[in-house]
Amino acid sequence: MKTEFINTLLKLAESDERIHLVVGDVGFGLVEPFAGRFPNRFLNAGVAEQNMTAIAAGLAMCGKVVFTYSIGNFPTLRCLEQIRSDVCYHEADVKIVSVGGGLGYGALGISHHATEDIAVMRALPCMTVVVPGDPIEAGLATRALVDHPGPAYLRLGTRGEPPVHKADVSFRLGEAIRVTEEGVITLIATGTMLHNTAQAAERLAQKGIQARVLSMHTVKPLDVEAVLAAARETDAIFTLEEHSILGGLGSAVAETLAESRLHVWFKRLGIPPNFTSVVGSHEYLKQTYLLSVEGIVKQIASSLCCWGLSNSDAELSCGAAAARVS
Amino acid sequence: MGERTAIAELAELARKIRCHVVRMAHRARSSHIGSSLSVVDLLAVLYAEILRVNPSEPNWPDRDRFILSKGHAAACVYAVLAEKGFVPFESLDTYYQNGSALAGHITRSGVSGVDASTGSLGHGLGMGCGMALAARRDRRTYRVFVLLSDGECDEGSTWEAALFAPHHQLDNLVAIVDYNKLQSLATTEHTLALEPLADKWRAFGWSVREINGHDLAEIQSALEIIPWQAGRPSCVIAHTVKGKGVRFMENAILWHYRHLDDDELQRALEELKVPG
Repeated sequence: MKTEFINTLLKLAESDERIHLVVGDVGFGLVEPFAGRFPNRFLNAGVAEQNMTAIAAGLAMCGKVVFTYSIGNFPTLRCLEQIRSDVCYHEADVKIVSVGGGLGYGALGISHHATEDIAVMRALPCMTVVVPGDPIEAGLATRALVDHPGPAYLRLGTRGEPPVHKADVSFRLGEAIRVTEEGVITLIATGTMLHNTAQAAERLAQKGIQARVLSMHTVKPLDVEAVLAAARETDAIFTLEEHSILGGLGSAVAETLAESRLHVWFKRLGIPPNFTSVVGSHEYLKQTYLLSVEGIVKQIASSLCCWGLSNSDAELSCGAAAARVS
Repeated sequence: MGERTAIAELAELARKIRCHVVRMAHRARSSHIGSSLSVVDLLAVLYAEILRVNPSEPNWPDRDRFILSKGHAAACVYAVLAEKGFVPFESLDTYYQNGSALAGHITRSGVSGVDASTGSLGHGLGMGCGMALAARRDRRTYRVFVLLSDGECDEGSTWEAALFAPHHQLDNLVAIVDYNKLQSLATTEHTLALEPLADKWRAFGWSVREINGHDLAEIQSALEIIPWQAGRPSCVIAHTVKGKGVRFMENAILWHYRHLDDDELQRALEELKVPG
């Protein structure tokens, strides 16, 4: 996704002189073309994320559209108060970009796992939160954010995520994209969970369970209509995110459902809200947290069984699935 | 206009600002009066002579920017903005009041002439660096002045910005440190020693001058021509007295917090020689 981000930004910067890129001493092998093409609109702020963010706010207050760029928690949690007071309170045109959202940095460890960032960014006034689900969404989101005034958080994966959409997919901030049409249940995925969710939906379909898959690339403002439609039209809603189950997409959907008069089965799939000492690759960690394709199918099957919504397929039997989940 | 006359005018402006500040703090029952009084003379000179700003066009793109990084001295800025015609005098009565635009820490929203909202310490210099960099990149001639507290020099973010500005040769940036040497609980030296403070800024690459922050002529001559050295940001270490201008408040930590009662207001105004 970061490749699509930077390529899109490069393209846009050709015709939009407001665009600046400010990095926190990261981006080796990625940002050099931008820095070379637009030296006067590129800045390496050094390993100083508070200052990076304050400078971005200052630049934005003088008419620039500024993308700050770093990895994991560094562009968000490290400089949270600069984001709140300097960027958000001034409604500054600063787009905060983090790569490796979720568990993307795998074996580098807990310091590099951004697993609360969506929750924290979502709570900030004036902040738009965008979590693209595949490289195509990443490029389209970058473009959309340049045209969308005010603070935003763009949470990207790393490199090489498989595409889910076709290039001509329609993308609008705040509008979920339907990946599959009709279903008896709805899977709402954001960010790096989109691909596995789409694959899991195919597996479920093979077992006779049709799922509507939504890419909720904009977590804030949430596409409330899409959530309510799913609640009205399907029997169960699952949210899927590479993020703590506290405060992110799952919480946003839960808030919407709780304030509606609709009754629907609901479950959040994500990362448990505690630190583990598990070390491993991105894929390994996703398996550990049952966020692999297999893990998602198991979790959904188990829930449907417990709610009395599943068929009699042996593989979906309550006991077996529950045992694997636990 | 001769310098002597100018100084008398500056002194009168400073006196008026002090009167506003004590009245505002009394009415609001607000704290931070000592911190406001220590920067009055600096602000008087800045707004009277130095800053290229225009109350009839407060968002003029080429205006000099001023950031009060020690946002708790907001009353002083609101007062000088009223004196310079940016906000109506009546609005000063609304400081701290329910439904007002004039918050206890400086706020841009709804207040003409304020370039940045602050309140949490350590934010102003970084934003100032961004604005100064924008001026440089856009080939504009405006300058950026950031007024910091000494306690604010405890913040790591202040030093991140202090590293940044000389590295990028932001000689259109001026940091003014209100060095009254008292912070919330004790002296700066007792809390987290800053000395040698001027040497620290010098070592980071700033052009540094130490001045008496209450000597109007000295402030004038320090800020008259910026930069002092091409390619270097300027740092004014302004030696000041917390609570300056009201003797019973001077150099007393109590007046970081305490609000004025009616008797104290009268005593303060008498000292400030309010006409009539």
